[in-house]
Amino acid sequence: MNWIAFKMLTGNRGKYLGIILGIAFATLLIAQQASIFCGLMLQTSGQIRDIQGAGIWVMDPNVQFSDDIKPLSDSDLYRVRGVPGVSWAVRLYKGLTRSRLEDGNFQQTILLGLDDATLVGAPPNMILGNLFDLRKPDAVIMDLEGYQLLWPGEEPRIGKRFEMNDHEAEIVGICKASRTFQTFPVVYTRYSQALEFVPPERKVLSFVLADAEKGADVNEVCRRIQEQTGLRAVTGEQFEWITIWYFWRNTGIPFNFGITVALGFVVGTAIAAQTFYLFTIENIKQYGALKAMGAGNWSLMAMILLQAMLVSVTGFGLGIGAATWFGTIANAPGSRLAFYMPLEVFVATGLAVIAIGMLSSLLSMQRVMVVEPAVVFQG
Amino acid sequence: MNGNNATPLVTCRDVVKTYGSGNAEVHALRGVDLDVYPGELTMLVGPSGCGKTTLLSVVAGILRPTAGSVSVLRTDLTHLSSWRRTAFRRDHVGFVFQQFNLLPALTAAENAAVPLVIQGRSRRTALARSKELLDQMGMADRVSSLPGKLSGGQQQRVAIARALIHHPHLLVCDEPTSALDAKTGHTILELLRSIAVEGDRAVMIVTHDSRIFEFADTLARMDDGHIVSVERKNGRDKHEIDNQAIAS
Ligand SMILES: Nc1ncnc2c1ncn2[C@@H]1O[C@H](COP(=O)(O)OP(=O)(O)OP(=O)(O)O)[C@@H](O)[C@H]1O
Ligand SMILES: [Mg+2]
Repeated sequence: MNWIAFKMLTGNRGKYLGIILGIAFATLLIAQQASIFCGLMLQTSGQIRDIQGAGIWVMDPNVQFSDDIKPLSDSDLYRVRGVPGVSWAVRLYKGLTRSRLEDGNFQQTILLGLDDATLVGAPPNMILGNLFDLRKPDAVIMDLEGYQLLWPGEEPRIGKRFEMNDHEAEIVGICKASRTFQTFPVVYTRYSQALEFVPPERKVLSFVLADAEKGADVNEVCRRIQEQTGLRAVTGEQFEWITIWYFWRNTGIPFNFGITVALGFVVGTAIAAQTFYLFTIENIKQYGALKAMGAGNWSLMAMILLQAMLVSVTGFGLGIGAATWFGTIANAPGSRLAFYMPLEVFVATGLAVIAIGMLSSLLSMQRVMVVEPAVVFQG
Repeated sequence: MNGNNATPLVTCRDVVKTYGSGNAEVHALRGVDLDVYPGELTMLVGPSGCGKTTLLSVVAGILRPTAGSVSVLRTDLTHLSSWRRTAFRRDHVGFVFQQFNLLPALTAAENAAVPLVIQGRSRRTALARSKELLDQMGMADRVSSLPGKLSGGQQQRVAIARALIHHPHLLVCDEPTSALDAKTGHTILELLRSIAVEGDRAVMIVTHDSRIFEFADTLARMDDGHIVSVERKNGRDKHEIDNQAIAS
């Protein structure tokens, strides 16, 4: 009976395509919105990923996410260094400052101050210039997108100058950085230099970056740091998740995207179910004839389910294809859109589409279940 | 052929079928007695609305009678569960409809193969058998055509092939010629006569068309939910049932 179901389905090309497009649309909407959501969530923790070379982040116990800076004191750094299993620990400054351009314009800027001696946390991808030129006075490295934001249309070049906190800064390198949530330019400099670019404060140490000794269990070392210093110590990945969950819990982002995803599901189901139902109604006499000829309800249910699964899989393929295509556009250089489709989104969208297929076929099944074979004798 | 003493394949006793209930009640069959013999072509004739289709549906196991008993092949259809009636139709009944009711997306050969597929036969076996049958019916060159590309007469041939492919004991046809012109209708009846009516098979045809009455072995006339007369031809006896007697 399966091939009959298949032929019945594909025999009516218009309806067949209609159902597939409905499901493809739902797939696209669900996968694309969920991926943008994942992309945004990933952006929230992008700066943590950009700071490489340290396995452990140490911070004030009340820090809730990566931009929630509660300064530490220098003695905290020394206490971390004293914890057994800690191989090294260095300072990291992270803060917001204002850049002033030659034309007098201001722009909020994320300032990162790296340990003077080791430059731990330096940008991994330099586009222009040399990382070690940071050692020069007033030297900074800026991310490319930030540069393009500050000086739109200008070819990025080294030697460009601007001011932070009335202090002259000179760009010695351009680097790549993850897109941040706030889309502010990111400026790297030495720790001691960073303190010149911000107004004086009593405590300026934002984070302590550390690493465990070779062979030591990182999680165990984190636990020990917490125990001995009372500070919070987590791995980079843990800090990313802490940040992501903070945005998850404390912003309307998941809710808003959740609504769109749910809408995609509902609209997709409605379109697919309606077209599929019309398709079944149109063929109802054929089902009646099959029933008269002795086809049981179960085989007819199976036929409908097969048809539903067929359109679901095809529609899913098309929809995911379209979503991926959107993703490549969204992630193209220069685009500020966030798009990230992890396997989970792929699988969850697939499950949603299967649910859509099932729901769509329910009405049809019910209709075929109750159709009397006697309809075949009605003119 | 069968004499009066042969065992009927279909026996209806005091069959009543009422549609709806209350004010909307329609008494389609008001107590029908009928025997249908194997190897014969029995025609059910009568004015529109007299209950022919209803009776055919009851005999074919499609409708359950409101009262009375229907037995086919010694199986009492009245008391079969709906699931068993479906299986009964699948194994023993062939159908030909006025509107052909072919599946438009399937080719002629595929359409004719459907009953075998329903019985669980593989597509390949079923198709081989249906091509053979269509070949016998002079449709060899149309086996791959879709119904939409066939004339009415050709479609009805495919439908007949479909009705016979699984060798049913009972073949029921509701107005098989009324969607066709007179000449084609005549040909179709000849075809049914020649390949459908066989020793162990009973054929029942509902028709309005008096021009094809000549093909019947038995002519059962209906009116208002009753069989009013049964006429057995070819030298067999002919008796009239008194309409008044039934009504009283
Ligand atoms: N499903 C139904 N519900 C209600 N009434 C019905 C139904 N089917 C048939 N009837 C009624 O039952 C009566 C007998 O109908 P049936 O179709 O058996 O007549 P028929 O002799 O086949 O007529 P025709 O020659 O027009 O096909 C008619 O009055 C018809 O209106
Ligand atoms: Mg009728």
